[in-house]
Amino acid sequence: MLDWPILSTVTFLPLVGVLLILLTSGKEESSARNARWVALWTTLFTFVISLFVWINFENGTAAFQFVEKGDWLGGNINYHMGVDGISMLFIILTTFLMPLCILASWEAITVRVREYMIAFLVMETLMIGVFCALDMVLFYLFFEAGLIPMFLIIGIWGGAQRVYASFKFFLYTLIGSVLMLAAMITMYFIAGTTDIPTLIDFNFDPHLQLWLWLAFFASFAVKVPMWPVHTWLPDAHVQAPTAGSVILAGVLLKMGGYGFLRFSIPMFPEGSDYFAPLIFALSVVAILYTSLVALVQKDMKKLIAYSSVAHMGFITIGMFTLTQQGLEGGILQMISHGIVSGALFLCVGVVYDRMHTREIARYGGLVNRMPRYALIFMIFTMATIGLPGTSGFVGEFLILVGTYQVNTTVAFLATIGVILGAAYSLWLYRRVVFGELVKEDLKNIVDVGRREIIIFTPLILVAFWIGIYPEPFLDVMHASVINLMDQHETALQAGKAIINASK
Amino acid sequence: MGLPDFSIALPEIFLACVAMALLMIGAFRGNKATSLICWLSVLAFIIAGFLVQFEAQTSVTTFDGLYRDDAFGIFMKTLCLGASAFAVIMSIDFNKREKMVRFEFPILIVIATLGMMVMISANDLMTMYLGIELMSLSLYVTAAFKRDSVRSTEAGLKYFVLGALSSGMLLYGVSLIYGFTGTTNFDVLAGLFKSGAEEAGIGLLIGIVFMIAGLAFKVSAVPFHMWTPDVYEGVPTPVTAFFAAAPKVAAIALFLRVFITPFGELVGQWQQIIIFISVASMILGAFAAINQKNIKRLMAYSSIGHIGYALVGLAAGTEEGVRGVLIYMAIYVVMNIGTFACILSMRHRDGMVEEISELAGLSKSQPWMAFFFLIFMFSLAGIPPLAGFFGKFYIFIAAINAGLIPLAVIGLVTSVVGAYYYLRIVKIMYFDDPAEGFEPTSRTQSIIMTVSGLFVAFFVLFPAPLLEGAQAAAAVLFS
Repeated sequence: MLDWPILSTVTFLPLVGVLLILLTSGKEESSARNARWVALWTTLFTFVISLFVWINFENGTAAFQFVEKGDWLGGNINYHMGVDGISMLFIILTTFLMPLCILASWEAITVRVREYMIAFLVMETLMIGVFCALDMVLFYLFFEAGLIPMFLIIGIWGGAQRVYASFKFFLYTLIGSVLMLAAMITMYFIAGTTDIPTLIDFNFDPHLQLWLWLAFFASFAVKVPMWPVHTWLPDAHVQAPTAGSVILAGVLLKMGGYGFLRFSIPMFPEGSDYFAPLIFALSVVAILYTSLVALVQKDMKKLIAYSSVAHMGFITIGMFTLTQQGLEGGILQMISHGIVSGALFLCVGVVYDRMHTREIARYGGLVNRMPRYALIFMIFTMATIGLPGTSGFVGEFLILVGTYQVNTTVAFLATIGVILGAAYSLWLYRRVVFGELVKEDLKNIVDVGRREIIIFTPLILVAFWIGIYPEPFLDVMHASVINLMDQHETALQAGKAIINASK
Repeated sequence: MGLPDFSIALPEIFLACVAMALLMIGAFRGNKATSLICWLSVLAFIIAGFLVQFEAQTSVTTFDGLYRDDAFGIFMKTLCLGASAFAVIMSIDFNKREKMVRFEFPILIVIATLGMMVMISANDLMTMYLGIELMSLSLYVTAAFKRDSVRSTEAGLKYFVLGALSSGMLLYGVSLIYGFTGTTNFDVLAGLFKSGAEEAGIGLLIGIVFMIAGLAFKVSAVPFHMWTPDVYEGVPTPVTAFFAAAPKVAAIALFLRVFITPFGELVGQWQQIIIFISVASMILGAFAAINQKNIKRLMAYSSIGHIGYALVGLAAGTEEGVRGVLIYMAIYVVMNIGTFACILSMRHRDGMVEEISELAGLSKSQPWMAFFFLIFMFSLAGIPPLAGFFGKFYIFIAAINAGLIPLAVIGLVTSVVGAYYYLRIVKIMYFDDPAEGFEPTSRTQSIIMTVSGLFVAFFVLFPAPLLEGAQAAAAVLFS
């Protein structure tokens, strides 16, 4: 345990970078350069500090660690931060991806660089805050506030259809979240506090739980996203700048999954139990349907976006099996997906920066001119398919093991999704990388440069690390996941007792 | 029988004297003295604001129970005085550039503010009417202040005719209430209902309905909102800025006072009406604003919507609800002042513009103004961590605790619809290619923008003073 407020430091450190960028002025060119460097150093520094969270994290306990508490709004609404085994890795994921995003935007973003870097740093603060917050109102604050910078990132630096995509992203997410807000206020009314640990121990009326669960579901399902409210995602992904897509796929989607773990499952065990078949059904549809949709995409980013929906479908299935394998697999798959799909978007970004098109048909035979790129792209294609030895395999395998214990049909259907996933990923790779290099404009394309190699190296290392030796990651989760399952079980028993007593 | 206790009405007496003194200065020195009078009236607002702080926290009455002071009054009066002071400051530049410098303008605002303070302190239906008329008559004149402009005079006339109609309805309601209960005093009325001596008969209810209609007109709630867009659009922009803030606060204060103190026991009778008004205002405010091209018209619909949210708190009829309304109005006033400081800065070389499309690319030509405009828009939309979110949050807490869950859900959903048109402004400023840039913002305008922008952005860090003030003010209505 540390004696200084490390979580607040990590959360608000990026804002210091914002201040520094605001202070630097000067000519367009030099201020842009300064902004890039300040943003890079800030995010790197934040990442290093965030590692202290992991180093000092105690694996054996399910209690919240590094807890900070302060008065805020009064009326039992406090500034309360803390992490447990479920949330800690997401913080690391966020701080890990941010410097890579800044690097990926180094040359791709040429207009309004200062604003761009500010938006990303603000975004980082808000994302870390979501995973640290132990108060519902505080959580909601970070959760919602993230819409503002992301709206601007998509809208200002996005592609041709950016306005439509940014509005859709904003309004879809907002409509889900306001329903969650209504549920939060209802819980505040009943329990008299918005403190998350207290609410986890609070047993809500089983009937009311169903409504509350649905309200939270409205928000998280949009965020995850689950079929049929996933349609904002392909638009947002395709239109966002590369780094924006990485953040969207890498971290923002995880907020939905994290929300299920932090709110829906522990606070509304009855609701989670009751609606688990709904989650399974929607997830299976998502896996099969979006995999098929991904097969016919003509745009690389759109294909990866649909594959994200399918992968998130696996994750929601895993979490709602409420088995240890399923839950841990779900969390690990979220981390892995954050790395892998982020990397895939970066791969698309590499060729997009060169050719300014994402149309699959415009590419082909890249292996001839870009062997290193072909290797990098292949590693991540294999990881997204779930080849053993890569990070995708461990999570997917655990999820399927967990699912098989609960529902064999769902497990069977989900496994079909794995096959389809291999189909669209390999086919994408085949069309872009292999074959003859016949297109005239591709004949002068250059291979990945040093900056890009620096971006991809850590991603490759982590993808293999999780794939080969996932213990350090899983060790972090064990205690919290087991605790979550125990709580769920006892709460269910308590709920049954109440129902029986009232009969 | 001795003299009544004048000290309770000291701020009002002070403002009345100042208004007359300023009028004398104006009469003798003419329009040359306008900016002096403006700053003097701002000073008067500040002094009155100080005097207000020394008023009694607990409820005291004077003038034979016609007039009341309490923490609620302190809160609302401070808000009104602040809003009026900013309105005067914002008008100075504008009036100079538009060549409509007249010394009467600040004085009219002072008198209108005096009317508002009387409304807020009213403890009798007669005092209430007196305050409303003092405020409204001054507002009618300011609305038509740009007397050579057809738009302004038309707006003034519209406002006057409809306003007079609503005052008539209000007065009719008052007379019915008096006729059926035999009193106009709030405390006596409250006592009658509390002791059960007076049943809520049909005549009394009709009286209350007429009063609601009259007050709903003043706050521009649906279905008595028709004047708002036309008047907002037609009158000179500083007047719009004034209309959107202080008079709304005063009218909401009166709404709260009347329906919590004398008619608090009859909550079952009027709650449905307020719920309807509130839902209709929220929905109309959200949908009608979508297609507006004129920023002032858009702000008019936005204000209708916001009044709808504030009335959600009243519909709850609880102490929490009142607290929510107070927080909401305080934050709303600041957001509005900031937004109008931005709107007043929409100026080309050849004059003011009001089309939303003129904002295109503002983020490139004037990054700071665009940034503050963005903050105000997201705050009006109720996106955390900006202040506007907390306003809505406390309103909806009250609504849900009072069991009005459908009302809260409707409010939340309309706030998403409303977010669309605020986002549209952000989109035009940030995503579109630059149009012709504006003239640089004047210093006063940028100061006002910055101050209110910082308040809206950093309210999240220091919420306690406002929350506690509102809590104390709300508690006193229920004691």
